[in-house]
Amino acid sequence: MLELAIGIILGCCALGAGVAMIAGVGPGIGEGNAVGKACEAIARQPESKSSVTSTLLMGCAVAETTGLYALVIAILLIFVAPNLLVNILTSTIGG
Amino acid sequence: MSRADLKFKVIDILLVILMILPLVTAIVLTILISPPSQGVEITGALILFEIPMPLQNLPITEAQINSWLVMLSIFFLCLYMTHGIKDRPTLKRQHFAEWIVEKCEGMVGENMGEYFKGFAPFIASIIALSAFSSLLSLLGLFPPTSDLNVVAGWAILVFILITYYKMKCGPLNYLKSFSEPVAFLTPLNVVSEVATPVSMAFRHYGNVLSGTVISVLLATALQGLSSLVLGWAPDFIASIPLFQVGIPGVLSLYFDIFSGCLQAYIFAMLTMLYVSGAFNIDLYEKRRAKRKLKKQQKAEKIISEEK
Repeated sequence: MLELAIGIILGCCALGAGVAMIAGVGPGIGEGNAVGKACEAIARQPESKSSVTSTLLMGCAVAETTGLYALVIAILLIFVAPNLLVNILTSTIGG
Repeated sequence: MSRADLKFKVIDILLVILMILPLVTAIVLTILISPPSQGVEITGALILFEIPMPLQNLPITEAQINSWLVMLSIFFLCLYMTHGIKDRPTLKRQHFAEWIVEKCEGMVGENMGEYFKGFAPFIASIIALSAFSSLLSLLGLFPPTSDLNVVAGWAILVFILITYYKMKCGPLNYLKSFSEPVAFLTPLNVVSEVATPVSMAFRHYGNVLSGTVISVLLATALQGLSSLVLGWAPDFIASIPLFQVGIPGVLSLYFDIFSGCLQAYIFAMLTMLYVSGAFNIDLYEKRRAKRKLKKQQKAEKIISEEK
């Protein structure tokens, strides 16, 4: 029984990590938009390339934040959560 | 060669040695301490030892040691760059140092305005520490920026600065700014205030860590691929790292060098924007003028009472 419970915990943690990374779609779309617009801006005014590039990098970094939240949650689910949950389980049921 | 020249050269060489020594120490420490690993794996910072403290033991981790060694190294680098400074620069490194200082002051002046001119050294040190910490992974060491605690410390420092500059326009104004534009948005405003350092820390940490994770995944995949291709051959051929030779280097160019430097730039940029955005100079001047007036009136009152 305990093995089954541990198996469910591990499986669900892996599943949760995978589902969390769906959030990677959002930053992808957002950064793609930003880069496309930046390309248009540079094509229209090539002399403003440096300022457009620095603003673009800045904006990309900010747009990336949600994706990185997802990454951090996925990493926690893979490396931290299983140990924690299994410990809780064994201390409440097993002990 | 005269005596002064010789002395100059000796100090130069000494500074260079002192600059490299912390990095060598870090490498030696890593080799001595890191446990024998089974293949490629992703681990956090190793805890070297713990200092007993009243509430909770204070763990000293690899990340802390490495960041202190990086600080030492940067300190001696700065000393080396500014050694033998003259009114008329004769050394190449003085030109370089002046270029760095000029760029930094220009950046701070452009993004923060005249009032925050004194922030240039702080911003420069943030960029240097962050960039060199991330670049430490090129030497095969544990980069301190891929530990959340280190970056969270910097983010909390920035948060304190933001709050300080908001308070400077009056504590009441600071409290009032939470209920703007509408009063029922107060909880959301509080959350967004707290989200600033959290997002800053997670952004930096996540970018550096994701580079590490992807590099490790790729290395494992390439290992599997080359053992698949050469698996039929006898042992000495099968152990040739066929695909692991050049390909991870290209990724490392992006993840270690470009991403590390970019994150340092972005962290500094966000610090500048948040801190200068927190300070309302008009309000501050108004408040100061009011206070000055009050003080003056008080003084006049006292004088008139004495008469």
